[in-house]
Amino acid sequence: MSTTVVNTGTEGKTWGGGNKPLNASYGKMMMWFFIVSDALTFSGFLAAYGFSRFKFIDSWPIADEVFTHVPFLHGQELPMIYVAFMTFILIMSSVTMVLAVDAGHHLNKAKVTLYMFLTIIGGLIFVGSQAWEWATFIKGDFGAVQTKGGNILQFVDNEGHRVALRDFVTADAHADRTQHQRKSGLWFVSEGTLPTYTIDEVVHGLESHENVLVRTQTLTEEGEKTVLSRQESLKQIKENGKLVVEGANLQVNEYGSPLFADFFFFITGFHGFHVFSGVVINIIIFFNVILGTYERRKSYEMVEKVGLYWHFVDLVWVFVFTFFYLV
Amino acid sequence: MSAHADNHAHDDDHGHHHKETFVTKYIFSQDHKMIAKQYLITGTIMGVIGVLMSMMMRMQIAWPEEPNVIFEALLGKWAPDGVMDADIYLALVTIHGTIMVFFVLTAGLSGTFSNLLIPLQIGARDMASGFLNMVSYWLFFLSSVIMVISLFVEAGPAAAGWTIYPPLSALPMAQAGSGMGMTLWLVSMAIFIASSLLGSLNYIVTVINLRTKGMSMTRLPLTIWCFFITAVIGVISFPVLLSAALLLIMDRSFGTSFFLSDIFIQGEVLHYQGGSPVLFEHLFWFLGHPEVYIVILPAMGLVSEIMASNSRKPIFGYRAMIASILAIAFLSTIVWGHHMFISGMNPFLGSVFTFTTLLIAIPSAVKAFNWITTLWKGNLQMNPAMLFSIGFVSTFITGGLTGIILGDSALDINVHDTYFVVAHFHLVMGISALYGMFAGIYHWYPKMFGRMLNKNLGYIHFWVTAVCAYGVFFPMHFIGMAGLPRRYYTNSNFPLFDDLANVNVIITIFALVGGVVQILYLYNFFASIFYGKKTVQNPWKSTTLEWTAPIKHIHGNWEGEIPHVHRWPYDYSKPGHDVDFVPQNIPLKDGEEELQH
Repeated sequence: MSTTVVNTGTEGKTWGGGNKPLNASYGKMMMWFFIVSDALTFSGFLAAYGFSRFKFIDSWPIADEVFTHVPFLHGQELPMIYVAFMTFILIMSSVTMVLAVDAGHHLNKAKVTLYMFLTIIGGLIFVGSQAWEWATFIKGDFGAVQTKGGNILQFVDNEGHRVALRDFVTADAHADRTQHQRKSGLWFVSEGTLPTYTIDEVVHGLESHENVLVRTQTLTEEGEKTVLSRQESLKQIKENGKLVVEGANLQVNEYGSPLFADFFFFITGFHGFHVFSGVVINIIIFFNVILGTYERRKSYEMVEKVGLYWHFVDLVWVFVFTFFYLV
Repeated sequence: MSAHADNHAHDDDHGHHHKETFVTKYIFSQDHKMIAKQYLITGTIMGVIGVLMSMMMRMQIAWPEEPNVIFEALLGKWAPDGVMDADIYLALVTIHGTIMVFFVLTAGLSGTFSNLLIPLQIGARDMASGFLNMVSYWLFFLSSVIMVISLFVEAGPAAAGWTIYPPLSALPMAQAGSGMGMTLWLVSMAIFIASSLLGSLNYIVTVINLRTKGMSMTRLPLTIWCFFITAVIGVISFPVLLSAALLLIMDRSFGTSFFLSDIFIQGEVLHYQGGSPVLFEHLFWFLGHPEVYIVILPAMGLVSEIMASNSRKPIFGYRAMIASILAIAFLSTIVWGHHMFISGMNPFLGSVFTFTTLLIAIPSAVKAFNWITTLWKGNLQMNPAMLFSIGFVSTFITGGLTGIILGDSALDINVHDTYFVVAHFHLVMGISALYGMFAGIYHWYPKMFGRMLNKNLGYIHFWVTAVCAYGVFFPMHFIGMAGLPRRYYTNSNFPLFDDLANVNVIITIFALVGGVVQILYLYNFFASIFYGKKTVQNPWKSTTLEWTAPIKHIHGNWEGEIPHVHRWPYDYSKPGHDVDFVPQNIPLKDGEEELQH
């Protein structure tokens, strides 16, 4: 542009025309506005989650009872330990990203490379943990029975400890049931894979184990699930029991409302997809750093831009974590 | 890539050094002026489809279940022996709404004029990222193609209304259009949202970062303010539609229950439990309401500019105009519930949304009065662009007044889902935005194509369109008040409505005439590209920067240096000057003050 100085009367004013009034390049600003837009997509999901959860405020699953597993520690109930670890890793990857951006400001290629690498590793650990978390949730834990009305009945012993179906139900080897499939014409009736036990076997198992009680999904005033008496337990299972549920998928959920599973899979999945994309973008930028693209450009702004995205993904996780695991 | 694009935006004085082939100039162009024309032509084609659909719907309503050669020719198997099928009527309603709202009045209007005017009026060589701009257009083109393809699928296009409420949209077996038609609708809209997002990001950062020297925010023409705020609303509201659409796709294809609960079909209980269609309505209308401002704000900007120029007067209340744009943008995001007064939403929320909705009347009235006072005692140049602008103010007021009725929950419940609503929103956002678009085309056609549109054809176009538009939508208020519901493909089964049959025939005749007269406009538009009178550089004697650029389009907009800006954009009939307009790039004289009104 020409260097002619013309007095236009707006010099020194913010947003006074000319370049970079907010002291940000257009690319960085685009990233900011993209983040605004993406944040609203997540807001839409989280608002929908809140809307649905409040509809079932008196029967929503208790997160502390759902997410109790830690890899390599079988059979122990350690609520929130593993997700806390995941969250810690993700936040640490944000810290390394900050260090990478800072190193970029000093044009320190070696340090940018190191910290970008650590960020990528952190992201991969998080995505892997998420996959493990999903697998555990899908596999389920104790098993439950779904009623005709769609409620979930779980089983506890006299002391209130959860009892797994496999501990008191025996599968009858001769009971074989065929499953409806699309090709048999009932094309909109779909159900998950057949459970290990039939409802009759559960009734039988319950009858022969005196100390097993049924726990409904309704929350008491103390915020715990209601445990039924022995007679009521038998009555409920016999009259209303419809389907044995093991684990969770998009249609049934042994922990309670299927919406809990729907939103868990969808929102953590959408977030996981963001983390995964972030890792891929980080890897691309990482190679550009190694190849010296930004060194030649004398500017590591690209690292800064992907850094913005990465911090945003972290921030979203803080909200997802809060709404799904903590409250 | 970033650094390259950065340079290209503002480094060189001779921006057209790239070798341009036919493909890079006319098809995969990164030049904002060409992209604007691409948007306009695509939008026009979609508009023709949308208007044809509305004419068929009107013929069906006026002469229900009667054989019609036009139906037979255009609808084929959907009109056996020329009698329209009920399913296809719903599909026409749906696709007409979708096409007109998104493809014509969002992309066709804002896409065209944001692209054309933002760089030219702020004094920039091009958009911040020409590449993203090109991608944005081609995504829009792709989504248009998919939407048109959906018209030809076996079971018919989507037929759940443009609002695609579940369960009609969520269960592939719910009705004819719920299968492949609905899937294509969702795919098309997802691509459209991506296109809109890329376009909006580009518009926003271009307005913030690429203004020429002296072009402060309070020296921006109102067009730019409107495009800027429109883009911001788009970035805020479209993502929420994306959330709703993604959840809907999960419900449709993966068996989740976000929007579905307790559904029986053919005696069979479906497994869905716990979801709520009202949740979808909330998410949808969080976009849906701001969307009407995405449609109307660019039209408002164009009209403000054209009115000032053709009244040879400064726009009245420039800062009040900006404030009202900002107020409308803010309020637009907190009023969505007024579409849901009868959805079963908590009635208390109804009163909250009534309150916020009625607040919008204030900035809207500020704008309407400012336009009228701009005209007051002006030296009015009654060219077609000006006529359409005045027409805009007229329909905006007419339609806006019924908005006050519909915004009040107690009154709305009586006329909800009747033709009263149809009349309201067609006048206030449909016809108004179309007038704004026509005004813009008549005004900036010389800038786009270097030739003038035929003025006399323009006059005929305006007057016939204006008479027909009121002829169609004015009587609709009355039949709506009489209780006639919208979206019914015939009313002949209800003796209650027999008295309204003649009114419907009159409306249809107006609609047909109004539709057919657009051929005149299309002829004018396409013929003038080749045979129109050659334009001079500044045919309307306007003050804004686009008229300082050469007639011939060059990549980079200005030969030599970009003009600097020294005054606000509305110095019309300023005392102390020989001519009645002073362009923004003319420095202030000694002792001259920059007056802002």
